[in-house]
Amino acid sequence: MLISDLFEETYFAITANKARSGLTILGIVIGIGSVIAMVSIGQGAAGSIKSNIEAMGPNLITVTPGSQQTFSQVMAQRGSAQTLTIEDGEAIAENILNVQAVAPELSQRYQAVYMGKNTNTQITGTTSSYLSVKNVELALGSFISELDTRLSLKVAVLGPTTRDDLFGEEVDPVGKTIRINGINFKVIGMTQPKGGTSFGSQDDVIFIPITTVQKFLAGVNHVSTLNVQAISSEVMSGVQNSITNLLLRRHNISDSSLADFSVMSLEDITEAVTSITNTLTILLAAIAGISLVVGGIGIMNMMMTTVTERTREIGLRKAVGAKRSNISLQFLTESVFLTFIGGIIGILLGIGLAYAVTIFTGMTTKVSLYSIMLACGVSTTIGIIFGYWPAQKAAKLNPIDALRYE
Amino acid sequence: MIEVKNITKIYQSASVETIALKDVSFSIQEGEFVAIIGPSGSGKSTLMHILGCLDTPTNGQYFLEGKDVSKLSEAELADIRKNKIGFVFQSFNLLRRTTVFRNIVLPLVYANVPKNKRAEIAKRCLLAAGLTEKHFSHLSNQLSGGEMQRVAIARALVNDPLIILADEPTGNLDSKTGDIILETFRDLNKQGKTIILITHEKYIAEKAKRVICIKDGEIVEDVFNHSSSKEVKKIKE
Repeated sequence: MLISDLFEETYFAITANKARSGLTILGIVIGIGSVIAMVSIGQGAAGSIKSNIEAMGPNLITVTPGSQQTFSQVMAQRGSAQTLTIEDGEAIAENILNVQAVAPELSQRYQAVYMGKNTNTQITGTTSSYLSVKNVELALGSFISELDTRLSLKVAVLGPTTRDDLFGEEVDPVGKTIRINGINFKVIGMTQPKGGTSFGSQDDVIFIPITTVQKFLAGVNHVSTLNVQAISSEVMSGVQNSITNLLLRRHNISDSSLADFSVMSLEDITEAVTSITNTLTILLAAIAGISLVVGGIGIMNMMMTTVTERTREIGLRKAVGAKRSNISLQFLTESVFLTFIGGIIGILLGIGLAYAVTIFTGMTTKVSLYSIMLACGVSTTIGIIFGYWPAQKAAKLNPIDALRYE
Repeated sequence: MIEVKNITKIYQSASVETIALKDVSFSIQEGEFVAIIGPSGSGKSTLMHILGCLDTPTNGQYFLEGKDVSKLSEAELADIRKNKIGFVFQSFNLLRRTTVFRNIVLPLVYANVPKNKRAEIAKRCLLAAGLTEKHFSHLSNQLSGGEMQRVAIARALVNDPLIILADEPTGNLDSKTGDIILETFRDLNKQGKTIILITHEKYIAEKAKRVICIKDGEIVEDVFNHSSSKEVKKIKE
């Protein structure tokens, strides 16, 4: 049997009952489409979380106060513990190799007011090095300078969301005066938008010198976070160890398990988040995979019906010289063809769904070549697996019985 | 060309053993026109299946062109059916809702005949079966019974077989159309084709050059002239 004959037979067989073939294909379309869409949502989420974390700053290590136990406990005690100071940050910058810069941070929420408009926003006290450490870019004006920090000047750099809230969009706030917690601050700049993250918006913020926060707003001496930037990703773990040792020494703690701070790199966070999103992706794909299996059973059902319906035809084909292999190949090609078409349409549907999800929910989706190839492979495999049994059933028919079949 | 020696066919189902053919022997030469007659259940269809390599005998030998085909595998039997035998069925067995052309070339598909040669072969065979290429594009279900059987005959001819086996080819046709089909077989026989057909009808048995009558799995009569056949005379008009 020539290949072209095989395809011709397949074409005629599939088009002979268009409605049934169409509905059977639909099962596969839905299965493949949902797998692609689900995986794209999962991978999109993973990708956006990862890029958000990376956007926080390259090679970032954060030192937070609180005991070094579990992730959640550290988070819970952050801010309440008061063990880290600006001097700790300076010591890290001076004494540890491979540290690019250190930006201490003290964040609290206060009410900010401008001309009757007010917003409750995060006031982040920091130093000039914050810009490079946290990968923040300026849109207008200038950032907090070393002088501002040293003299505890009342200057403020707005995040774009805060600017929108206080001044309205497209307004240049530089030079204006806002009130934070009842104290006047002069706006000296505005940052570029960074977009929202799973950890809250990085745009709804006002940056002021950390010493100003300590003296005039919070009235404390500690910081809430030390942001440390390493010179490269290779030296991260070494720097992490050195910071731990240095701070233990400075805080007079001999047992590292009793440390009153915790040191974490972005990689640690990324790793944790990635493992969660991967599990999520697998879960989504597994749920969608069930519909794919159901679609495959649909294919098998149709092929079984077809074989029964065409029993006499199979008998005739055998009588005119078709071998078992010819018959089984013909039916197998038919089912693979059905699933393949279903796979192609399903891929288009999946991409469409992913787009729709992005448009209507704003979630990032990512259709990878990998998931498309996987879908093609899976649909073809389903055609072979679920087509095999009916094809064998057809091939094994005895020509005499088949010809007499009513 | 065909030599059958002591063929026995036993069907085994559960506990019942049915003997369909008992020690049947005969031979058929090239160019013969043989009618096989007999009551239903006599074993003539079983004999036909064995001659057509659709089935193998339980015992005995079947030589086709001197080659014993009674012990061949399924795939080897398929090759013989493909190259040496043409079948015509009572119920035509055309592919449904399919053009005449595709029906005729079906055996060529399995014989790997190149596509550009198929139209010519199909045209020649359809002409021999009494239709013309004008019918190529007709769908099988748009044809009359006589036309369907002619298409089936054309299909049986395309592989240029040694023997044409016809299982009651006129059984589903009225007597006038049946006559035309029979004439077609006679023409093919005159052109040198060996034809073996099963029939219930007297006028067809009378046109055959040789009549073999089977009863209860055994040959009861084998004559070359129907006028000397008692069995043919017994068939009711």
